[in-house]
Amino acid sequence: MDSIISMNNVNKYYGDFHVLKDINLTVKPKEKIVLLGPSGSGKSTLVRLINRLEEHQHGQIIVDGITLNENVKNIEKIRSEVGMVFQSFNLFPHLSILENLTLAPIKVRKENKASAEKRAMELLERVKIADQALKYPGQLSGGQQQRVAIARALCMQPKIMLFDEPTSALDPEMVKEVLDVMVDLAKEGMTMMCVTHEMGFAKEVADRVIFMDAGQIVEEDNPHQFFSGPKSERGQQFLSQIL
Amino acid sequence: MNFGERSGLWMKKNLFSSPKESIVSIILGSIIFAAISKLLNWMLLSATWTGSAEVCRANSGFCWPFLWEKMSLILFGLYPREYLWRPILTVIAFVVLMFMSFDKKRWGLNLLINWLVLGFWTLFFLRGGMFGLHYIESDSWGGLPLTLLLFTFGLLGAYPLGIFLALGRRSDLIIIKWICIGFIELIRGVPLISVLFMASVLFPLFLPEGVVFEKYWRAQIAFILFMGAYMAEVVRGGLQAISKGQTEAAKALGLSSPQTQIFIILPQALRIVIPPTVSTAIGLFKDTSLVLIIALFDLLGSTKSALKDSSWLGFSVEAYVFVGLIYYFFCSSLSRLSRKMERELSVVKR
Repeated sequence: MDSIISMNNVNKYYGDFHVLKDINLTVKPKEKIVLLGPSGSGKSTLVRLINRLEEHQHGQIIVDGITLNENVKNIEKIRSEVGMVFQSFNLFPHLSILENLTLAPIKVRKENKASAEKRAMELLERVKIADQALKYPGQLSGGQQQRVAIARALCMQPKIMLFDEPTSALDPEMVKEVLDVMVDLAKEGMTMMCVTHEMGFAKEVADRVIFMDAGQIVEEDNPHQFFSGPKSERGQQFLSQIL
Repeated sequence: MNFGERSGLWMKKNLFSSPKESIVSIILGSIIFAAISKLLNWMLLSATWTGSAEVCRANSGFCWPFLWEKMSLILFGLYPREYLWRPILTVIAFVVLMFMSFDKKRWGLNLLINWLVLGFWTLFFLRGGMFGLHYIESDSWGGLPLTLLLFTFGLLGAYPLGIFLALGRRSDLIIIKWICIGFIELIRGVPLISVLFMASVLFPLFLPEGVVFEKYWRAQIAFILFMGAYMAEVVRGGLQAISKGQTEAAKALGLSSPQTQIFIILPQALRIVIPPTVSTAIGLFKDTSLVLIIALFDLLGSTKSALKDSSWLGFSVEAYVFVGLIYYFFCSSLSRLSRKMERELSVVKR
């Protein structure tokens, strides 16, 4: 199998509003893709289609060999293979950090508690917050919470990681600690799709940059080329506004 | 620092910190003092302790002989005198389990099961007819045990029913959603009295010939359905307070919809709505008095019948003060439990 995600002529509407128009995209295993574009361009929606937090109306999406459709079992299968990190962390406030990590492996994968906790502790070690394992999300800083959220997604041992603006809700001084974790993850060979406004991150890790505007993929390029000179006028405009 | 100094400091800080506050403290303090001393005078100093109704009437104070005379009727209704130890034991068991419920170390499924067991044990124990216990039909149960029984089963039934109705009301399955909305709005649109009346009068008409459904059970089911509808709206409030991100995060991890509700949404939602849940429960406790309409004699019902005795007419104040204190004891215990649960179970730990 040479693509782990493939989208063919995908269209998505919110009522009458055409959010995504004829999206064609394939992602190879271990590929790192960064989605850029002005707000409202459909980047987040595109990422959320992949684990079906949003439904598409036309076209075909195949993730890890499974076609996404109404079949609930398929959807749950794909969701357990695809990790996701949200802008607002979305940790479970009533569970300890450790329980946040082990809940899904125990309930979804039916893993035993001891082995799930062992892996959870290793992951917390990796994101450098093992000492907070027994605290609750409300007791951690934003940056720490987002690192927990990454570890929580990884604890399901996903094949793909989706990031939906993971640093946008953070105080500036906490952005780096989260990006460092993401860079490490990229170096280990995880397949990643990131919606982000961190251009430094995009330059450092992306294999491919996808620039979107008004629900369409306007430009696809390697980061070096995109940042040195976008082909499209809208891409040039976007870069001139943010840099 | 001794006790006197400490209380002096406390008063200075909380009651007399400024001239304005001192004036308010003195005025309110004297009103409270006057009220309490009047009350004590009425209930103790000028009270009548022994004697007949005539002695009481000649005296202006609290008539204790009336209370001694009517205590068992008020507390236990028409339950046969010679078997009174059964309802007495029942009430003691309820109070003991209630105080045990205050200990947060005991909170959990076991405590819930204990309450269920107590409920069913009470049913069996009051009825008898087995193991040498004399059979006593449910129509002569009354007073406090009936109130406690209606309340316990009412809450144990209405709470889960409310959760299911609230989840159903938010369901994507349109039929389930409509049924739940219809049920909730229908029940909330009619007074409890009419639900009780229908359960008592109309419901037996639908039963097949020969099937008898005790009045107690008809009232109990009416209570569960009625309070379930109110609980549903309380729970729904909690469900709506949980951000969509929680559901999305749970789904993104592969949790199924039922798992998401059970492990993520409900534990948070139910904790948020502890205060209104307990308010509804307290309402349920007091509403049990409405079973009088279908001739079941709960605590308030048996009190009213105690007041009808022609040789003891005119002591309703004594009777209502007495049952008022009993209601207050149980309801204030409930709200104390609520505050404790709110503190101990708050969703956001800091």
